[in-house]
Amino acid sequence: MIEANGLTKRFGAREAVSGVSFRVEVGEIVGFLGPNGAGKTTTLRMLTTYLPPTGGSARVAGFDVESDSMAVRARIGYLPESVALYRDLTVRAYLDFVATLKGMSCASRTRRADEVVDACGIREVYARRIGTLSRGYRQRVGLAQALINDPEVLFLDEPTVGLDPKQIVEIRELIRSLAGRRTVILSTHILPEVNLLCRRVLIIHRGRLVSDGPPRELAAHAGGPSRLELEVRGTRDALAAALAGMAELLSYEIDVDPDGTCRARVVGRDGADPREAVAETLVRHGLGLRSMALRTMSLEDVFLQLVTREE
Amino acid sequence: MSKFLALYRRELAYYFQSPVAYTVVAVFLLFCGYSFYNLLGYFNLLSIQVMQNPLQARNLSITASVLAPLFSNMSTILLLILPLLTMRLFAEERRSGSAELLFTYPVSDASVIAGKFVAAVTVLAVMLAMTGPYVALLALFAAPEPGPVISGYLGVWLMGVSFVAMGTFFSALGESQLVAGAMTFGCGLLLLVIGWIAPFVSPGVAAVLDELSIIRHLEGFGRGVVDTNDLVFYANLTALFLFLSARALDSVRWRS
Repeated sequence: MIEANGLTKRFGAREAVSGVSFRVEVGEIVGFLGPNGAGKTTTLRMLTTYLPPTGGSARVAGFDVESDSMAVRARIGYLPESVALYRDLTVRAYLDFVATLKGMSCASRTRRADEVVDACGIREVYARRIGTLSRGYRQRVGLAQALINDPEVLFLDEPTVGLDPKQIVEIRELIRSLAGRRTVILSTHILPEVNLLCRRVLIIHRGRLVSDGPPRELAAHAGGPSRLELEVRGTRDALAAALAGMAELLSYEIDVDPDGTCRARVVGRDGADPREAVAETLVRHGLGLRSMALRTMSLEDVFLQLVTREE
Repeated sequence: MSKFLALYRRELAYYFQSPVAYTVVAVFLLFCGYSFYNLLGYFNLLSIQVMQNPLQARNLSITASVLAPLFSNMSTILLLILPLLTMRLFAEERRSGSAELLFTYPVSDASVIAGKFVAAVTVLAVMLAMTGPYVALLALFAAPEPGPVISGYLGVWLMGVSFVAMGTFFSALGESQLVAGAMTFGCGLLLLVIGWIAPFVSPGVAAVLDELSIIRHLEGFGRGVVDTNDLVFYANLTALFLFLSARALDSVRWRS
């Protein structure tokens, strides 16, 4: 559905996006992740035909973004980062305007507007002028204009920025409901959002694609040692003696709570899961193991690691 | 076509649902009315004087002493005021960010330019139509010839249209409305005064400068003469700047 081949954009001497290549299949929701200024928005602008690429090529919905830009535009919906709508128009007039520009017939405009208004929850502000709406409502009107032509591909640039928690949940629910029928590219730097919505994540940093895979696989791909958190009844010395004798561990740290419980943070060797060995050793030393938790790498950790590794 | 109409209606709605059109039209009418009153007062004075001398009365014509100078004054006022109407056309869309959405909809640059340009030209037409009562008032007490009235309006309108095209171009260049307005005004003023230095340069250059003068091409219309030369001049100016607008949109896309 989306195919980018060595997509490159130069602004003067600065290369904002360098040689980004990826494929997105029909019905996928793909997270587009990266720190600010990484080239996410520029990439989206090239895919939505707003900016022509300096090098490389891209096909969206089967059409080339440069040579067939009108065909691409007719099949996409785009919610830009700064949702700038015409403040002097009412929501109704605005959606009708957009639907006409997207080449929809009069009958389908009315029908589709009706559906989109309910889906985006903007029924109660339908007759109001956009300039008088709150940020949350404007964001939803922005989403409504992207959806109005029932697009095959949807590009969302930070769609939940500026919304309150309830609205965020609603918008995410809406995006999730689009999965399967539509291809969605969701650019964001909110990592839980990616975890929730996307089965695949592209991480872009300094204009380059540094990672591509499902959120879970990313953590594994990033690798690194496993970390355990233990809560143990016993003395510090006894615990230290037990842990020091284990070959599976790289390092450990012990804190003692006022009530005499020891808390240990343990780092295992790369690739190994030392949980069972730790439990067995502690029991053998007569220490009471109260809890043990494996701290998995969150997407944040993976992200930071990938990004800092680059630097 | 429906896309062009949607764009056109959206632009018109912007002009007429905000104070923009009303302010610009009001200011234009204020100065036109002032100029009309002034010319009519002077014509009255002349009429009283020539009553003593019937021979001179033959040379006195309401067309030459009131209407022609009125159209000439209108064109100067338009030069001052049309940049205010056109400077926002593209610059505002870029500054606010709505251009990013507009240029990812399946509409050609040409229809966007056409929608905006024709809407501004419509406001211009409304502006000129509002001066109709002056002529009606004149017709109550005198008999102005219909020919020069029509050709005069045509001339001022054509000149205005070429200004609007110029304004569209400068607005398409960047995101600053102020720069767009200043450039339109400067360029218009230059075309207005370009003939001034004609007497002091070599005859060849003088002829070129004279042909470029936006005012010289208006003179004929005020007298009731519709010359192809003048029509072609304004049509070319308009076409040139509309073409440049399209190039400007393209170049902004490549540069930004």
